[in-house]
Amino acid sequence: MKAIGGIHPNYNKFTSKSKIEVAPSPKLVILPLSQHIGAPCEPLVNVGDTVKVGQKIAEAKAFVSAPIHSSISGTVKKIEDMPHPVLGKCKAIIIESDGKIDWDPTIKQRDNPMSLDKEELKNMIKEAGIVGMGGATFPTHVKLSPPKEKPINILILNGAECEPYLTCDHKLMIEKCTEIIKGALIIKKILDVQKVVIGVEDNKENAILVLREKIEEMNADIKVIALPTSYPQGAEKTLIYTVTGKVVPAGGLPMDVGAVVQNVSTAKAVYDAVYESKPLIERVVTVTGAVNDRKNLLVKIGTPVKQIIEFCGGYSGAASKLISGGPMMGIAQCTEDIPVLKGSSGILVLAKQPEAEEFDCIRCGKCVEACPMQLMPTTIAQYAEKDMIEKADEYNAADCIECGCCSYVCPSKIPLVQKIKIAKNQILADRKKK
Amino acid sequence: MTDDKLKEALARIYRRDVSVEPKKAFEIKKEPVIDTTVKENVKEAQKPEPENQVMTEYVKEQDKPAAPIIKLQQKKEFKKEEPADEPKPVIKAPSKFTVSSNPHIKDNSSVKNIMWMVVVSLLPAAIAGVYFFKLRALSVIVLSVASAVATEIIINKLAKKPVTVHDGSAVITGLLMALILSPLVPWWIPVLGSIFAIAIAKLAFGGLGHNIFNPALAGRAFLVASFPALMTRWLLTDGVTGATPLGMLKEAGVATVSYFDLFIGNIGGCIGETSALAIILGGAFLLYKKIIDWRIPTLYIGTSALIAVIFGRNPLFHVLSGGLLLGAFFMATDYVTTPITKNGKLLFGFGCGFLTMAIRLWGGYPEGVMFSILLMNAFTPLIDRWTRPVQFGGKKR
Repeated sequence: MKAIGGIHPNYNKFTSKSKIEVAPSPKLVILPLSQHIGAPCEPLVNVGDTVKVGQKIAEAKAFVSAPIHSSISGTVKKIEDMPHPVLGKCKAIIIESDGKIDWDPTIKQRDNPMSLDKEELKNMIKEAGIVGMGGATFPTHVKLSPPKEKPINILILNGAECEPYLTCDHKLMIEKCTEIIKGALIIKKILDVQKVVIGVEDNKENAILVLREKIEEMNADIKVIALPTSYPQGAEKTLIYTVTGKVVPAGGLPMDVGAVVQNVSTAKAVYDAVYESKPLIERVVTVTGAVNDRKNLLVKIGTPVKQIIEFCGGYSGAASKLISGGPMMGIAQCTEDIPVLKGSSGILVLAKQPEAEEFDCIRCGKCVEACPMQLMPTTIAQYAEKDMIEKADEYNAADCIECGCCSYVCPSKIPLVQKIKIAKNQILADRKKK
Repeated sequence: MTDDKLKEALARIYRRDVSVEPKKAFEIKKEPVIDTTVKENVKEAQKPEPENQVMTEYVKEQDKPAAPIIKLQQKKEFKKEEPADEPKPVIKAPSKFTVSSNPHIKDNSSVKNIMWMVVVSLLPAAIAGVYFFKLRALSVIVLSVASAVATEIIINKLAKKPVTVHDGSAVITGLLMALILSPLVPWWIPVLGSIFAIAIAKLAFGGLGHNIFNPALAGRAFLVASFPALMTRWLLTDGVTGATPLGMLKEAGVATVSYFDLFIGNIGGCIGETSALAIILGGAFLLYKKIIDWRIPTLYIGTSALIAVIFGRNPLFHVLSGGLLLGAFFMATDYVTTPITKNGKLLFGFGCGFLTMAIRLWGGYPEGVMFSILLMNAFTPLIDRWTRPVQFGGKKR
């Protein structure tokens, strides 16, 4: 199925040919207690404690939550509020490195992990603190525990990477294809599904070829589908529609149509957790834009962004925006002191752009055309502006996925997403009250 | 940051003044600074967002402004030290980052660009008009555009609002106003029409984006109602006055024109309406540039032709004569006064075609394009409401 709406931005995937480099171990890591959707963790360590690499330092008490592990070895310096790329600020555990890389001795590799049963595998994923690494950071073990009345018949690995600039998933699919495929097979076993599909946008032809070759070699029953390149092809509902033709009901979840979607990076993390008994303590991050050396970096989670930018040769121009994530859905930061989190796929520095003149809406309808959720962005934005939240709700503001297509195409340069978000947050808050 | 500085920062945000003096590169200070910035960040996030805010400037720290000259000198010294390596300039973090909602990139479309593109697409029709009706047409066009622009400037000034002529919409209105007038009108007709179009039909409703009726058509409706005799004197291209093909059809029941003349524009009629060829050229350009949507012109022309066929008329004659093509490509596709939904556009095009043919076949006027589009303009808000798309995964209403 052809995706509905969407745009074709300038992709600027500068780093698509640079290999994944290992970033130097940071001297200090900031590990916020909330790196996922759901309840924040409770710290298991106190200030002054020594911790090892991979040691669980914060425990998930709720079901929708994921534990956090130390990504370096050293001592806990502080547990206090720190800047957080998504939440603004959040309580974090700050660990100073001892310069060594001492793994937690209690971590032991399992023999023949594929012989373990589903619950054990799921538990390993939960204990490894794995969350959706595409950016939404939904705890993976929750996604892998669908209720009985929702039978799952397809597992889709999301390798679309439709965000401009970002190449971390692309590089991972090429360099770690075996791990991704093995990770997919683990998830397949847990979900007990027959059909496994990896969706990759057709602008990453080499990744598609490498994956197909490897799958054949491993004789795995996985299909790689070339998706038409368009943004937001990797949005969960859009991806499911393109791959299966099924429409996830508004307000529903992928499991309502029997699908589970996992990012390819998440599959790699699942592999690490099950085969290597390694918790989620590092991830690939694309550092790009106005930095001197654009790189795909394997970064320890918790590394301050400032250090990563320094490692990439610093800013290459008058940097005016620091974005955690991609240019379409990433979050602009006010400080370099934020850490890399489990869901940070990119660090994008944008140079100052000439400010475009904003006009009143001329009703061209381009936002309506571009909206992948088939909403009327300009109408919702106008209601939001007038604080007519009920009207915005009637126009389904709550179904907005904040992909940014409407703002991108708007010739009047109206910050539509910003206005819709205000209405959406208000609607969701009102619904919670009821 | 002190309260004063915060106020200053907020004042800057609300004024949307993004230009800032160059600040010295800074080093992040220790914890206390981070703490306050975080608190302020939260405070700022809780503030109601200003309505027209594009970007929220977040002032992290007020450092001493450093003169740009010093920077240049530093660069030079740097190069002198290591000339062989050509070191990349290491630029430290700016004193502040711009914080704004996603997306952080936008395409390069703009209202201005679109409007001037429409002006360009109208040029073939205008040139054809001048070719067939010579200086009379040229003077009407010049007078109309000039008075539209002048009206907008004067009213903007009187209302103490920023002058909005640069967006190009006044030029379009003036040009369209001229193109739907007979070349025989006295000089004050285009002037009056443009003044009405800009002052009453557009600016009185709130300016570009807020008007309900297409300004040029509203201007013409005003003129037709006020000076019916003056508005229906036509010039045949050989310099003789006479009737338009549609006029002949209405009066005599037959029109004696060749299809070639109809297509090229060698007939009596409004300045910009006679040459189908020129209009199609302009319309094709707009379609190619994706400035207009195919739905309205297709449905408008298709419905008209279909109705002509159903009632035993000649569809090709009805499509090529009168203002149908100009209306279908340039008036019924006016963004502001037409629906924004895809189905709404289909409905709008159908309605225009239906009403145009109804007036032509059974109405008192020989031509119905103007009234049909104006009537459909009035229905636009309703059509938008009726044709609201069902959201992805939503239930049909």
